Amino acid sequence: MSIKILLDKCTGCTLCVKACPFAAIKIINRLAVIDLDTCTLCGACVESCKFNAIELKKELGGSDHDLSHFKGIWVFAEQREGKIQSVAYELLTEGKKLAGDLKTELSAVLCGDPTIEEEVEHLFSYGADKVYLVTHPELKHYHTAPYARAIAEAITKYKPEIMLLGATTLGRDLAARLAIRVGAGLTADCTGLAIENRLLQQTRPAFGGNIMATIQTPKHRPQMATVRPKVFKKIKVESPKKGVVIKFTPALRPEDLLVKLLEIVEDESVKINLAEAEIIVSGGRGLGEAKNFKLIEELAAVLGGAVGASRATVDAGWISAHHQVGQTGKTVSPKLYIACGIAGKIQHLAGMQSSDTIVAINKDPDAPIFKVATYGIVGDLFEYVPLLTRKLQEFRG
Amino acid sequence: MEIFVCIKQVPDTTEVRINPETNTLIREGVPSIVNPFDENAVEAALQLKEKHGGKVTVITMGPPQAKEALKTTIAMGVDEAILVSDRAFAGSDTWATSYTLSQTIKKLGKYDLIICGKQAIDGDTAQVGPGIAEWLGIPQLTFVVKAEVNGTKLIAERMLEEVNEIVECPLPAVMTVVKQMNVPRLPSLKGMMKAKKAEIKTLSASDIEADAVNIGLNGSPTNVVKIFTPPPKGGGETLSGEPDEIVDKLIAKIKERKII
Repeated sequence: MSIKILLDKCTGCTLCVKACPFAAIKIINRLAVIDLDTCTLCGACVESCKFNAIELKKELGGSDHDLSHFKGIWVFAEQREGKIQSVAYELLTEGKKLAGDLKTELSAVLCGDPTIEEEVEHLFSYGADKVYLVTHPELKHYHTAPYARAIAEAITKYKPEIMLLGATTLGRDLAARLAIRVGAGLTADCTGLAIENRLLQQTRPAFGGNIMATIQTPKHRPQMATVRPKVFKKIKVESPKKGVVIKFTPALRPEDLLVKLLEIVEDESVKINLAEAEIIVSGGRGLGEAKNFKLIEELAAVLGGAVGASRATVDAGWISAHHQVGQTGKTVSPKLYIACGIAGKIQHLAGMQSSDTIVAINKDPDAPIFKVATYGIVGDLFEYVPLLTRKLQEFRG
Repeated sequence: MEIFVCIKQVPDTTEVRINPETNTLIREGVPSIVNPFDENAVEAALQLKEKHGGKVTVITMGPPQAKEALKTTIAMGVDEAILVSDRAFAGSDTWATSYTLSQTIKKLGKYDLIICGKQAIDGDTAQVGPGIAEWLGIPQLTFVVKAEVNGTKLIAERMLEEVNEIVECPLPAVMTVVKQMNVPRLPSLKGMMKAKKAEIKTLSASDIEADAVNIGLNGSPTNVVKIFTPPPKGGGETLSGEPDEIVDKLIAKIKERKII
């Protein structure tokens, strides 16, 4: 973004001076002058001006000559109900490697109400050198606008060269808004990251996983990416250092608070979040009827995993849509995915084929699920699923 | 109520080709459909109009053949369909696309609600809806599974990972919708006749007064540097033997891989 005073329209009235939350505007010779080092491009002055004399334009961030001002890797530390999500630690672990390649610093950005400060130490234990702690009562529960305001302010001020967010509903909602505001390139749902010629190489599936694309942002900063949860492993650093905490309170504005939360509708059937699960057991049409999901739930329980479902079973009303894996549902990447009675339409495969190990149990030897399976069992799920559950129980004692 | 729906024409098949020179996808010659999530967006718009009155306008940015996708929505019952098409838009990423669509909506005048599908099935980014909201400076509600309008407010249920949340915001706003929201209606016979005869208004970059630095390749910070077919999973093994044996083998394999 860029900001300027239109000198032919400015009357030197001082309204903008009063409106600026950062004291970045002075009146010199009866004209407003903006100190661009202090200005965060928040736009408060634009609204205050009665003469349309201040122009704030969105434009692509960075340009060929000033890319060197952008330094460091940032990871957005997604928190829900005060708890940092696993994907943030996965991104810190991967970010640490990238920071090593770039010989730069790794920082986490944590937003929340003031009590979120208790979580900061976890970020250091997964390798953050620095934590930007952004607190405000309105940041307790995620809404797009206040988060976008707060983080855009931080990006404008501290200029990271790379920013990574989890490709969760929250991360994708936020990143898409933020990228436009700060003029950044954004790549969605990455499954691979690397550094080449100091540029972030972002690899992601497209066309339902039929092709892979590597994408880079050569001339603009930051280089932003959302990254699929569970693609990278989280690893605690051996001797974490207590890094630097940089605290700030964002200057939120009334228009950032237009969206109000009325109610959270819990789904009792969700025991473990699919996106965060290490192990997922999924059921498909082969289950025949709703009550047979019990077999899937039992196997999931003994493995400590989450319950997934194909679209057909959700459409049939056998299970709630929060369990749906695939293009219309969730994209998952667990260590182990067990598909029971799922044929494996392309839309389902798009949602799970990046899993580490895939086990398929299906009566039909020609089912497409076997093409992506690490281990295939051609047989009746009603025989194999309970048997597997029982043997695992014995194994677990 | 003035409702805009932004749609995208996407390839119907999984057969995609790549232009090795520009590293962009060749969309010409590939059979195309309306992005399925966008059909849910059209359905949501039509239902809101049926309840509250007003007008539903569908827009798409794309090559001339994207008119076909617009005609499908006319057959479903929308009031007007507009194609935004210009060679200057070629190579747009989500930054440039959201700018172009928002600029079109601004030029067309008053808007209360803009509806998009949650994402397109080719790019799968889910970035254009929120991008439009940011360019217009209005609230966004993404992944919506239920929505109603109450006076000047939008009340929507958003489908998140584990829970749904019900939120409200004042109009105008942008919402993106998930498949579970509704079942898109099939085109009616009358609608198909109307679509056949319909003139699709086409707007160019200059018609929407687009800033040249924000459109097409110029306005696209991301570049696709390489497209490749994912390596085949391979190594797949069918476990054989008696059920007992098979399950023992499987457990051994899972243990070997240190999953349990």
